[in-house]
Amino acid sequence: MGKIAKYTRRGFLGLGVAAAGGLAVGYYYYKKPYPNPLPETLEAGEFTFTPYVIIGGDNAITIITPRAEMGQGIHTTLAALVAEELDVDMDQITAAHGPAAAAYYNSAMLREGAPFPFFEEGFVAETMRGALGVAGKFLALQVTGGSSASIDAFDKMREAGATARAVLLEAAAARWGVAADGLSTARAEVVSPNGERLSYGALAAEAAKLTLPSPPALKGPSDWRILGKSQPRVELLEKVTGASIYGIDVQLPDMLYATVAMSPRFGAKAKSADEVAAMAVPGVLNVVEIVTSTGVGFGIIASNTWAAFEGARVLAPEWEAASYPADNAGLKALWHEALDREASFTLGGEGEPEAALQGADVIEASYSLPFLAHTTMEPMNATAQFKDGKLTLWLGTQAPGIAAMASAGLLGIEADDVEVITTHLGGGFGRRVEVDVPLYAAAIAAQTGGKPVKVTWTREEDIQHDTYRPMAEANVKATLKDGLPEALDYRVAAPSINKSLFARTFPDMSSAGPDRSILDGSFDQPFSWPHSRFAAHQVDTDIPVGFWRSVGNSINGFVHESFLDELAVAGGKDPLEMRLAMMKDARHAPARKALKAVAEMAGWGQVLPEGVGQGIAHTLSFGTWVAEVVQVDMRGGTVKMDKIWAVADPGMVLDPANFEAQITSGIIYGLSAAVGQEVSFADGRVAQENFYDFDALRMAGVPPIEVALLENSPRMGGAGEPGTPPIAAALGNAIFAASKQRLRALPFGNDVDFELG
Amino acid sequence: MELQINGKTHQVEAPDDMPLLWVLRDLLDIKGPKFGCGVGACGACTVLVDGIPTRTCITAAADVEGEITTIEGLPEGERLHKVQEAWIKHEVPQCGYCQSGQILAAVALLEETPQPTDEDIDAAMTNLCRCGTYPRLRAAIHEAAGVEG
Repeated sequence: MGKIAKYTRRGFLGLGVAAAGGLAVGYYYYKKPYPNPLPETLEAGEFTFTPYVIIGGDNAITIITPRAEMGQGIHTTLAALVAEELDVDMDQITAAHGPAAAAYYNSAMLREGAPFPFFEEGFVAETMRGALGVAGKFLALQVTGGSSASIDAFDKMREAGATARAVLLEAAAARWGVAADGLSTARAEVVSPNGERLSYGALAAEAAKLTLPSPPALKGPSDWRILGKSQPRVELLEKVTGASIYGIDVQLPDMLYATVAMSPRFGAKAKSADEVAAMAVPGVLNVVEIVTSTGVGFGIIASNTWAAFEGARVLAPEWEAASYPADNAGLKALWHEALDREASFTLGGEGEPEAALQGADVIEASYSLPFLAHTTMEPMNATAQFKDGKLTLWLGTQAPGIAAMASAGLLGIEADDVEVITTHLGGGFGRRVEVDVPLYAAAIAAQTGGKPVKVTWTREEDIQHDTYRPMAEANVKATLKDGLPEALDYRVAAPSINKSLFARTFPDMSSAGPDRSILDGSFDQPFSWPHSRFAAHQVDTDIPVGFWRSVGNSINGFVHESFLDELAVAGGKDPLEMRLAMMKDARHAPARKALKAVAEMAGWGQVLPEGVGQGIAHTLSFGTWVAEVVQVDMRGGTVKMDKIWAVADPGMVLDPANFEAQITSGIIYGLSAAVGQEVSFADGRVAQENFYDFDALRMAGVPPIEVALLENSPRMGGAGEPGTPPIAAALGNAIFAASKQRLRALPFGNDVDFELG
Repeated sequence: MELQINGKTHQVEAPDDMPLLWVLRDLLDIKGPKFGCGVGACGACTVLVDGIPTRTCITAAADVEGEITTIEGLPEGERLHKVQEAWIKHEVPQCGYCQSGQILAAVALLEETPQPTDEDIDAAMTNLCRCGTYPRLRAAIHEAAGVEG
């Protein structure tokens, strides 16, 4: 249990936010690194080597894994990057999230925000990607998102391990009076040619004083012992014994408990609230007003969470009217008005689609996708203490730096006076980048006389105050030539996530430029169209929209891949063969290989009984090419999902078992949405309340899933999100193959019944 | 009221209608049972009461008679329960938040049905997991069923 205690200390107890200078050695991604934040967190006898490595005199090795662990296994993969080059085994290390600090910026997440397809490697594309990556450094975005953590860390953390190993070798060489290049390492020891051994711990004090003139060489993949092989996850023991500390488990001396009742009509203020009734609930201590850039409402402070929930229930605020249409019919009309207007912007495209679509036989289809909530298993929560002008936040967050910045702005203090302690996350999926949770906790903590307060949202509050996956309406037209797609006119109406996010997170800044997320998963896909146009019809309201696992790809993966299936049917082609025929460019090769591989696994093309069908789809997202096949059996009158096959190609797989788990997870997440999830509006607010009306698949409803991984792609792609985008289309295409019923609106459960156990 | 939890007797003062979940979490600092929905729909708050899986968010603490087992009380001394061992071997947890409840539901299933079929597992394992760990969870239950307790 020593490891759990150690993790708890580092991951949970106070680690400083930033420190100047220190013992940092090494060489980082850009020329001038941020200061190593670790020296001030060290205990007696510990030394730090780069912002990622701490070695104790007792040879205890801590690797800082500064991304949010929300189940994606990232602490294990990041620790493995360092361990590989440091030449220690995974059973010798402890992984810890470490402090929120500028040194841990994420440049890869921004890189793929450039408006170019992943496989576009022209000068402009590369320059834009590079510039955006540098921006990540200067904004110091320590964000976990965009399936980017491993890509961002791949060089940085291997270099950190190699640098630490190199100075340890130098220290041993000095001790023995020999040259460093005759020495080797194994299991956290330096070994001399005649078999003498010195542990890293014994050398740490001397090594920490050394510097290197240049970064040490890194191993090639053929020399890897740890990377590329499945590793046991570092946090499993805690997670099966209930020892992991999530935000909701934070317990502090003199802590108060609270919940929030925020306006469910976004942007609308309270008309009335029964504070007398709330205060009469035994255990309720205070009701406070909350006014922030993310929402307005009330905080109910109590002596336990249950009392706070009861207080919120009887507070029963009445709210002003919403600024947007009050129900789904009105919202849909607004979206269709946007579709009828001129496009806000276009991305990609080629040829002369307008001319090509004139007069020809046009195939046309419209698709509808609902708003979606994230419903992480752990409801939103944060603990805050505001004392002596300094704020401490304990929470599971994907963006500790942004949480600090926003909270400081609310309380009128400097960001340096905010300390963020990142706990485990009970699911993230994009929800935990948002600042509403820390803001409300900070606002309530300003009213508790310096006492810490844990603010836990009810599930109803969580579902009704999410930052939703945008609702979208799409109109798509195409023509065929010799049975193959010739011209495409692709239009999507959806809100801008960037605009919504900026308005609530950085109210003083405006978001510039087109939001490519509206079209992600369409214009950037590996297909050659003679003529194509991809148009975004932006439609913004006060309904908050945000990053939902795979973001815009979850919308366009469905629209684009469903429509291709319709075109194959119209042209009398096999959907797989038609896709392969359209993937003409040499750079599309990973997609062709993924599709062929998944087809072989699924027995694509076999004769299936009447009423049984297979559907196929492929989406390239976050740099990973994913092809999926679903087989459904509709002979019983309902949709029974028999099996799912998936092939994913991220270029390089650092941990196969974990990567497979992430693809499976992404598929099930998308499948839950495709089968039954919908956030709809009535009376100006979200109609759904809890898992009884916004459910997700359970054990009995999930068919067997078989995943294979390929490594053909030229650059490394992400793991957490790319499994999600193709699944809805693959399922819808399978339903068509089995029944000739074409479903163009999600969730499919509104039109067909599923057999879920 | 008096509660028997993980082999110990606890005296606690709480309103009669306070759910067992909040008595455990906020009053007794037993954090293994998790809050997920408050309406008995997700199972994150599952504990065993005399071996029966019980959703504590909708069970008033005052109504509980019998021995309560939370995830903290599952290992025997330093030795993990065979279900916990199987969970580690199959690397079931992702975010891990639902897993205390899942493990206790699986323990109860295997007590009742030592060699469960897939259908038995589907019927008994109704707890929600948003990370989609179901395939590995199923494999781990079969693994634990094949291990001598």
